Amino acid sequence: MGMLCEQCHKEAASVYITRIVNDHKTEMYLCNQCAREKGELGGAVEPGFAFHNILAGLFDPQTASAAGHARQVTTRCSGCGLTLSDFRRIGKLGCSQCYSEFEKELEPLLKRIHRSGEHVGKSPHTARDERREWQRSLERLRTQLAEAVNKEEFEAAARLRDEMRALQSKLEDHPGSSPLT
Amino acid sequence: MSLKDIISKTLSQWMKGTGPERDVVLGSRVRLARNLAGVPFPSIADSEQKKYVGKQAQSAMECIQGEIGNVEFVPMAEVSPLERRLLVEKHLISPALTQDVKNKAVILRDDEAVSVMINEEDHLRIQALFPGLAPADAYQLCSFVDDAFDQVVEYAYSPRQGYLTACPTNVGTGMRASIMLHLPALTLSNQIKRVIGAISQVGLAVRGIYGEGTEVLGNIYQLSNQITLGHTEEEIVNHLKDVTMRVLDQERSAREQLVQRSRLHIEDRVYRSYGILANARSMTSQEAMQRLSDLRLGIDLGLVKGIEPRILQELLVMIRPAHLQKIMGEELDAPRRDERRAALIRERLRMAQGNGDE
Repeated sequence: MGMLCEQCHKEAASVYITRIVNDHKTEMYLCNQCAREKGELGGAVEPGFAFHNILAGLFDPQTASAAGHARQVTTRCSGCGLTLSDFRRIGKLGCSQCYSEFEKELEPLLKRIHRSGEHVGKSPHTARDERREWQRSLERLRTQLAEAVNKEEFEAAARLRDEMRALQSKLEDHPGSSPLT
Repeated sequence: MSLKDIISKTLSQWMKGTGPERDVVLGSRVRLARNLAGVPFPSIADSEQKKYVGKQAQSAMECIQGEIGNVEFVPMAEVSPLERRLLVEKHLISPALTQDVKNKAVILRDDEAVSVMINEEDHLRIQALFPGLAPADAYQLCSFVDDAFDQVVEYAYSPRQGYLTACPTNVGTGMRASIMLHLPALTLSNQIKRVIGAISQVGLAVRGIYGEGTEVLGNIYQLSNQITLGHTEEEIVNHLKDVTMRVLDQERSAREQLVQRSRLHIEDRVYRSYGILANARSMTSQEAMQRLSDLRLGIDLGLVKGIEPRILQELLVMIRPAHLQKIMGEELDAPRRDERRAALIRERLRMAQGNGDE
């Protein structure tokens, strides 16, 4: 029999794990059972092996220190109750708040996956704010138009109506984003 | 119902064999992952929360009904397991959406070019499928649907990290764009490994036809972006398109070389497969995919005439188990399936030989 598992010292080690964190390499020889319990295997030996298992394995900022390990097990996201070790096991976060609560731990992981930590793409507000602005102007014009009609200022009313039409067709042309053909 | 009718009823938009670069590119898909602010992601959300997500999605859908065409909200629990599998085989939903179906749903447009999965890994997964190389069009459609949801719900979003997703591999744009490619010549000439290696060095992933962890069938590969954070959607789409164009060049020149250097060999391969497809009495889906790939190569090289190239897209969906079962109207075990598959392919080829494809 070859090397014994470093964890239980009973079974033969069948899993070899290398992890490189901040240029520091750690090696472990584990038996299947212990590897699974430590969440090291993820789905690696089970069918349905997926990318997130590699991902969860990559994510290990501070287990080297006891304090870091305690934080992984005990600190819970106040939004959903997920712990960092849960995340390591399943490779998925529980809620959007996890991103801010575990920002320190996630940041290096995001850099490793995406080689960048900053979003530059689309945002939910660009399209919406523009439309809201148009809609607000439309409401304003509508009130002004009613006033103008009341005061029998018909020239002003006609101008306001033209402005409203222009805005309305803008809103129709841009139903939230670039128009569809 | 005639086979022709069945095919026209079965075909999604993306299977129609149209679109740019159609000699190599079967289709383009873009999906956007989105979550609602203040609601835990589906893996953790309780059933009330998931129900809420479904309701929000449904009302967003009603708002855009007029603008994006005929859409339908389909709760997964209300369709039969067979129907669910049909949707998976057409690439309209993921296998994950067919498991634990409570509170899961899909929004489908009638031409099946757009679908929105609800309560899959993320609250919303907006997906568009286009024939040929058209990732920018697919993104535009997704983005349009996305904006419509944005009017109704508040998304989980942070200016720094973008759209927040259950898996950090999707965070940022939440976008996965993929191109489905038929690469028989690169495979036959043993260049595919080199090409895949090069592709993975430029931040793209190569997978089999049914996505993550699936084997390559019928020389069909999916090329998709790995990185979702730090680049705009347009940059990601353009990069994917640029790399795809390089792969296209390689595939096309490999095809030319096959004809120039090993014409007899390639003709033999194509006609052998054609003969088997036209005459076999039992066929596994793996063999069928390989033979159809050979036939399609023959069509593209001008060796085989009178058959529409889209036969590959059509049959790669229709010979899948759920589709076979649906077309035959009976439950089939594996040996019966192989028999029925062979019969369906023979009939499809007879249809092409009889009156020619339009």
